[in-house]
Amino acid sequence: MTELISEELPTTRQNPFDPPAEVTQIREQARISRLKFADGHLGWLVTGHHQVREILGSPKFTNNPEKHHLLDKRFQGEVPEEGRKVEPGMFLSQDPPDHTRLRKMLQGQFTVRRMNQLSEWIGTIVDDQLKHLRTFDGKADLVKEFALPVPSLVICALLGVDYDERHRFQDDTATMLSLEVSFKEAMAAFARIQDFMRELIARKKANPGGDDMISDLLATGEPTDEEASNMAMLLLLAGHETTANMLGIGTFTLLQHPDQLKILKDEPEVIDNAVEELMRYLSIIHFGPVRTAAEDVEIDGHLIKAGDTVLMHVPAANRDPDKFPGNPEELDLRRPASGHVAFGHGIHQCLGQQLARIEMRIGFSKLFQEFPDLRLDVEPEEVPLRTDMGIYGVHSLPVAWSA
Amino acid sequence: MRISVDQSKCCGSGMCVLTDPDLFDQNEEDGTVVLLEEHPDAAHEATAKEAAGLCPAGAITVS
Repeated sequence: MTELISEELPTTRQNPFDPPAEVTQIREQARISRLKFADGHLGWLVTGHHQVREILGSPKFTNNPEKHHLLDKRFQGEVPEEGRKVEPGMFLSQDPPDHTRLRKMLQGQFTVRRMNQLSEWIGTIVDDQLKHLRTFDGKADLVKEFALPVPSLVICALLGVDYDERHRFQDDTATMLSLEVSFKEAMAAFARIQDFMRELIARKKANPGGDDMISDLLATGEPTDEEASNMAMLLLLAGHETTANMLGIGTFTLLQHPDQLKILKDEPEVIDNAVEELMRYLSIIHFGPVRTAAEDVEIDGHLIKAGDTVLMHVPAANRDPDKFPGNPEELDLRRPASGHVAFGHGIHQCLGQQLARIEMRIGFSKLFQEFPDLRLDVEPEEVPLRTDMGIYGVHSLPVAWSA
Repeated sequence: MRISVDQSKCCGSGMCVLTDPDLFDQNEEDGTVVLLEEHPDAAHEATAKEAAGLCPAGAITVS
């Protein structure tokens, strides 16, 4: 059998809400195929839902970036050895037991109950932001005035970061997520956010007892300052860009699917499932996550050798007809959508997922309750798509309503 | 039907509590799973199995 080998993965989408057609084609030919990495390594591309789950759930794969072959051609020859070292506290890039120890320090803060208790407070943040949106005379950029501020305000308050200091991290986060900047620029942005977080930790240590997650984390005495600083950075970055982009492109999606939006308006109780379906349907990363086999592993009849790097393709996996039979390519807010891998799978599955769910449920519900006639204010093809960013979505969403 | 949980595998995702809060809870300290009903009645069979399937860390077994 001739093996399917891809050289490069597209981020450009023929339809803004679908994965690139090339990737869907690959999935339909082979759930597991080969992929050439930037350093010449012949690794693997996994597009099947079941296969993605199996790999992300397996302890035989490492998430240590020092072991990964380089995917991004921009960085080939640019990344010094020490540039791949994992900073202390960056549990997302660590394996057990370090990952387990660090994540456990935070898990109690993100339980379903703790997040549900925040519902009312998140509701007032959303209400305030909708009032702000109303001050614009019948038209505004929904990303700038709603989708980005809501999760930013929430995560800043939870972490005890002054929202007025968001200029210290928002632009640099965007730089780090850009698929077009050089390695040097990305590292410089990372270093600036790191400085900001170190200052934050120092301030909180000088003024203990604050009512926020970072103060609570420091009060345990468990993490070192360096660990606490990097853990806080992870939470801050992961906490605003992801949900913001779901709110932005999620709204665009609903506006372009009036029949589905009508369901949401007529049956408000569908919102919990609607959020799962939007997560499944949109899967707002272009590709990833990445793992490397720590030992030889057989997945679905393919021998993945120790040292082989594997790229999971979440958007393709979330449209896999083996998991979502019938019409996986369609948005269907009533479909049983749980089990999608948009939050990942395995021990690294999104720590903040229960917070993200509540922000999206409240965000979408209230937006369309308060602005029932919300509409796109440009032609759909004029909406600028984030094909140049690691996290997909829309750069802006010009919307209008009857003032 | 019997549910068993392995706290040492649990990564505190909360998927089980989200799926059936009558059967599962989370420890306030570290977010790990707390089993509320080891032998749930038939009405909870489907959600117990769903929770086991959704658990990202494979920490829940239904037998």
